[in-house]
Amino acid sequence: MSETVMDRAASATPTKVARRIKGLSDRTIAWIFVAPTVFLLLAVNIFPLIWTIRLSFTNFRANRPNGEVEWIGLRNYQRILTDSDVWLTMQATAHFLFWTIFFQVILGFALAWLINRKFKGNDLWTTIIVFPMMLSPAVVGNFWTFLYQPQIGLFNYVVAFFTGADPASFSMIGEVALAPWAIVIVDTWMWTPFVMLICLAGLRSIPDTIYEAAECDRASKWRQFWTITVPMVLPFLMLAVLFRGIENFKMFDLVVQLTGGGPGNTTTLTSIDLKREAFEKWRTGFSSAYAIILFVTVFGLASIYVKALNKVKER
Amino acid sequence: MSSYSITEATGRQKWVAGVLVIGYALITLMPLLWILATGFKSSPDSIAYPPKVVFEPSLEGYVNLFTTQTRQSAEYLEANPPETWYEEIVHDKGMVIAGPSRFGERFMNSVIIGFGSTFLSVFLGTLAAYAFSRYRIPLKDDLLFFILSTRMMPPIAIAIPIFLMFRTLGLSDTHAGMILLYTAVNLSLSVWLLKGFIDEIPREYEEAALIDGYTRFQAFYKVVLPQAATGIASTAIFCLIFSWNEYAFAVLLTSGTAQTSPPFIPTIIGVGGQDWPAVAAGATIFLVPVMVFTILLRKHLLRGITFGAVRK
Repeated sequence: MSETVMDRAASATPTKVARRIKGLSDRTIAWIFVAPTVFLLLAVNIFPLIWTIRLSFTNFRANRPNGEVEWIGLRNYQRILTDSDVWLTMQATAHFLFWTIFFQVILGFALAWLINRKFKGNDLWTTIIVFPMMLSPAVVGNFWTFLYQPQIGLFNYVVAFFTGADPASFSMIGEVALAPWAIVIVDTWMWTPFVMLICLAGLRSIPDTIYEAAECDRASKWRQFWTITVPMVLPFLMLAVLFRGIENFKMFDLVVQLTGGGPGNTTTLTSIDLKREAFEKWRTGFSSAYAIILFVTVFGLASIYVKALNKVKER
Repeated sequence: MSSYSITEATGRQKWVAGVLVIGYALITLMPLLWILATGFKSSPDSIAYPPKVVFEPSLEGYVNLFTTQTRQSAEYLEANPPETWYEEIVHDKGMVIAGPSRFGERFMNSVIIGFGSTFLSVFLGTLAAYAFSRYRIPLKDDLLFFILSTRMMPPIAIAIPIFLMFRTLGLSDTHAGMILLYTAVNLSLSVWLLKGFIDEIPREYEEAALIDGYTRFQAFYKVVLPQAATGIASTAIFCLIFSWNEYAFAVLLTSGTAQTSPPFIPTIIGVGGQDWPAVAAGATIFLVPVMVFTILLRKHLLRGITFGAVRK
């Protein structure tokens, strides 16, 4: 390596000064390193968000870029909050959120608890169970419509095999009563491993000594489970619920491919409704207000939840 | 284990736990195995009742996936005998191959956009994560939270202005536009994950390097980067999987030239509805790389899916 004059000067001076001469100052480096990330996020997230807020007060339609744009104040918000269809989609979303989280918590925790018995080969099986979670929801969701076909579908065949019903007699994605459950089943299949992995981390974080102490005190296994295992895993479980809650509130790809929001509006979750308003009916102003309401809801609920989570952690 | 431990499960407990977990794993694997199997079925076999577990394997699905076909008269078929094995499969159905399908193109789009955005988000993410990990930055916690919060927005919510923005800038349906968008979405994950990995590298290493006369920058790429290599690799795989699987932005912002596979595969149709063997063949080709990555990632899975919130 050839030494430049700068290098020689630097090596002759004390390190603190040398650093200033040879390289950039710490502060400059820090800013050079952080700036591109912050800039890109401002451009692709914050700028669009502000734009959405602005559009939400107008009657702009993106398919008529040269149409007259009127400032209509809060009328979009008013319309959304009094729209009975919007409340129906909120109900569908609530149903989906509640039951997916319910099943995933129970199944995920149970699986983690079983895997934590450390039977031979548990690592391999854990990895296999994780597969569905990593795959493309749109591609897999589309294939599930095949499994759900009356008569020829594998799902219907298996259900019929165990219940004795006629496999052609029911259609999971075609019937109003079944479709909300069809999406719950696929989401649970896909995301149970997520809750499982986090619970497993929680279970593994409990030191053996606590159980040993409880055993010395002659606490029953049942009591140990409820007074040690459950409270110690709870913060982890709550974190998993937070992630699932946010993700499923935004749910789009899987359900769009599975049911497309139908039959009727039974599985029209808010994201699907929003997509129709924005990109099919082209009510850009209206759907911008809709988007803001959703974002505020997610953000608000998540903040309250995080507060609760921190309380649990402190205990 | 020879010594008696009360926290270690007994042999019988392990056996029961093992059976239950393996049972669940096999059920969970069924839809995936069904995708694999359907890809190798002939059309009639794929929609047979009862569903066929044993069948004569056929590459019809894969041939349909990669080609477009037209029906021809018997005389034409007679006059033009098939030359290759795939032409023969098509020939037997009374069709001839008209040309390649769009699947190859769409798959390549997924590869280009996936790798492009992964490279960018890991590159930018590493720089930012290093700065957040090592320097005092004003409002650091707020900035980090801001970066994370960008992930909470429903994609459809920002898709409206992004659609308008891309239209103005001429980025609609281009690779560059999608790479930029996915980079931005992935940055939150890459910054948070990488910050966790870099936090774990002792500062003493760099301090030693600085005393040896390295500049900060040299210390960063000669000392920290090699130490963070595993972390960077697993972060990259997570970003790649995200871009690979992403659907909402892809379906709204691309239609022709830059369309990726997830919006394309569900639209593969044959005569009278979806061509399930071809769909399954496409899904297989598309999903298998992710499964391989999952196996490679298994030690860091937890970190990746929780943005580094849970580490072990």
